[in-house]
Amino acid sequence: MVSGSVFFQRESAMPQPSISKTMTTGESGLAFIFAVTAFLCLVASAKALDAPFAFHAALSAAASLAAVFFIINRYYDRPASLPPQEINGRPNYNLGPIKFTAFMAMFWGIAGFLVGLIIASQLAWPALNFDLQWIQFGRLRPLHTSAVIFAFGGNVLIGTSFYVVQKSCRARLAGDLAPWFVVLGYNYFILIAGTGYLLGVTQSKEYAEPEWYADLWLTVVWVCYLLVFLGTILKRKEPHIFVANWFYLAFIVTIAVLHLGNNPALPVSVFGSKSYIVWGGIQDAMFQWWYGHNAVGFFLTAGFLAIMYYFIPKRAERPVYSYRLSIIHFWALIFLYIWAGPHHLHYTALPDWTQTLGMTFSIMLWMPSWGGMINGLMTLSGAWDKLRTDPVLRMLVVSVAFYGMSTFEGPMMSIKVVNSLSHYTDWTIGHVHSGALGWVGFVSFGALYCLVPWVWNRKGLYSLKLVNWHFWIATLGIVLYISAMWVSGILQGLMWRAYTSLGFLEYSFIETVEAMHPFYIIRAAGGALFLIGALIMAYNLWMTVRVGEQEVQMPVALQPAE
Amino acid sequence: MSFWTRHQILEKNSIVLVLGILLVVAIGGLVEITPLFYLKSTIEKVDGVRPYTPLELAGRNIYVREGCYLCHSQMIRPLRDEVERYGHFSLAAESMFDHPFQWGSKRTGPDLARVGAKYSDDWHVTHLTNPRAIVPQSVMPGYPFLARTEVDPDAIADHMRTLRTVGVPYTDDQIANAAADMKAQADPDNAGTDAFTKRYAKAVVRNFDGKPGTPTEMDALIAYLQMLGTLVDFKLYNEKANLR
Repeated sequence: MVSGSVFFQRESAMPQPSISKTMTTGESGLAFIFAVTAFLCLVASAKALDAPFAFHAALSAAASLAAVFFIINRYYDRPASLPPQEINGRPNYNLGPIKFTAFMAMFWGIAGFLVGLIIASQLAWPALNFDLQWIQFGRLRPLHTSAVIFAFGGNVLIGTSFYVVQKSCRARLAGDLAPWFVVLGYNYFILIAGTGYLLGVTQSKEYAEPEWYADLWLTVVWVCYLLVFLGTILKRKEPHIFVANWFYLAFIVTIAVLHLGNNPALPVSVFGSKSYIVWGGIQDAMFQWWYGHNAVGFFLTAGFLAIMYYFIPKRAERPVYSYRLSIIHFWALIFLYIWAGPHHLHYTALPDWTQTLGMTFSIMLWMPSWGGMINGLMTLSGAWDKLRTDPVLRMLVVSVAFYGMSTFEGPMMSIKVVNSLSHYTDWTIGHVHSGALGWVGFVSFGALYCLVPWVWNRKGLYSLKLVNWHFWIATLGIVLYISAMWVSGILQGLMWRAYTSLGFLEYSFIETVEAMHPFYIIRAAGGALFLIGALIMAYNLWMTVRVGEQEVQMPVALQPAE
Repeated sequence: MSFWTRHQILEKNSIVLVLGILLVVAIGGLVEITPLFYLKSTIEKVDGVRPYTPLELAGRNIYVREGCYLCHSQMIRPLRDEVERYGHFSLAAESMFDHPFQWGSKRTGPDLARVGAKYSDDWHVTHLTNPRAIVPQSVMPGYPFLARTEVDPDAIADHMRTLRTVGVPYTDDQIANAAADMKAQADPDNAGTDAFTKRYAKAVVRNFDGKPGTPTEMDALIAYLQMLGTLVDFKLYNEKANLR
């Protein structure tokens, strides 16, 4: 509070409007915490045991100082009172953090797709690893998965959730600095994680690779995210919590549980990046895939289903098809998903009972998944004609179709006999990408195409024609990608188990690697098309913000009485 | 009151909704994970599995750092072709000291659970430096920098201490001699090799990278690869006793 009172005195000497300007507890407290953090990080950087840790500590010191500067600068720039909750009886929505996430989503999306294209090409032409440790496949692959899932997907989820929760609760986002802390803090986590991978900092748990200090930081940011989201719901003007917010809540709460369960680790030193995970062997494997599959279930599914439940009805201008179906969909989905992890460990040293339980629930999971798909698709009843004229809605609807396809394929692949063929092959990669590119990618693109004109107050997108191009180029890319991986995966699985008539294994391992080559080229081509689509999108959104026509806001006085 | 009316309690009260979500998502994980910590049949009773030697541990950390697990599994499934191609199916006991586990999820390259002692050290040095010099069709990246980078023997004791805290049974003797053991394992002429092999059963002492001096990352990684799957003697292993 010391810094706060200092600023207060300086301020009070200047000519003042009616109320005097003081720093809020949040402003002075956060500035103080960041100042202390900057100092601690500087010490850590000086005492660091390894170069990546020294780099990350120095970067964090600089970022903390920037945060202090940002908070103080913002304080000087703002009027004496904080933004009002309502203006003329209408909620005064907080759109700044949403704009930031929309921009970052597009940035990380393109970066993530590009790294995907690079590693796909490395598998086709290994010379592209250039014998350099920083850009070899083993380090770039986590960079790709984290960039697309957590950086691109995460920004889309945080941004849309902040938008949906405000609109559906008719309340301004809770907190003043808190929403900015969430979006900036989250993107800083991505920066630390991503640069860490390139420098060889990883705990090798798939989709949870960041080391202990990044994990701790994410925990702080995530708790703050939950508080902002929940705080906004608590001050809602609507009696009911809208269905999309249930899914966002399940996503936020469960990801917190999964993150804490999968990541407890003991650092070798508080001044070094390396840590050892508390779980070992079989328990670590089970924790990992409990986490891993539910990162799919709650990050890539529940969160994006929330987008489906808000953006499709909005865009189609139709109500959600069935309220009761959405209740069943919600509870069945979140209950069943958690059990599905062991299907990643079929025929491994994990006990049979766990495998069987995982398989059973994975198959049952088909039902709520399709229930959700039906609820999304049937929302279009009476508005199907819009698919012809509105490529954004088409993108959203096709994403739900891809969701249906991959949530059929998933349960099928979780059956043990099917899994004995598909596991360890590219079939899994194809399956993941039909979900990631088709479902998560398209629903995110659709949401961003809706969101950008809304938050920047534009009449519409710069060009629907470009959306159409994006749609078809990306769809072609997905089809090339997943069909190449189906063929290569099934082919390799069959080659591994092929026997000659004399009872010998027919193929050496390297022969099966050689057979993958043409499919790896087709896959890279598919990825390139998907990337081109995203570049078209970025141009379109950029032009929408830059030259798009302003939406004329109706003055409140002219609104008809209700 | 119908089910649908009752559900409105959750829809109108965010805290109740959050508690409901927490309850519903907790069940599956609790049922599937908790028993793995106390059911005795989860990890087989096997002779021979020991913690990694200091050099092997350093090698394992390089394996983790470079993301080898992204293309190589270490988990042989009990399927006819896999057992013929790679050897006896993997036991849970064989990875019980692994923090983190390295079972992997993809075989862009072959399984490595029993790669130990299959190829010569020379083969590994050449293959890791330039995979295509030995296997022309390989898509594996080259790791020539491993041979140029030394490992720090003095740092490894802290790692072993940390691992002991999370449950790996390193002895005081092993931790106290960590740095010396690391040098000894990569140098057959070292005076400490006998003491080292007493501390770690079945550990192999060789100059893995073929170059004199402080152990390199190449030494460490090859030491790790050469021990994979070699600890359990399957001629003596009683499969019937461990039926699950």
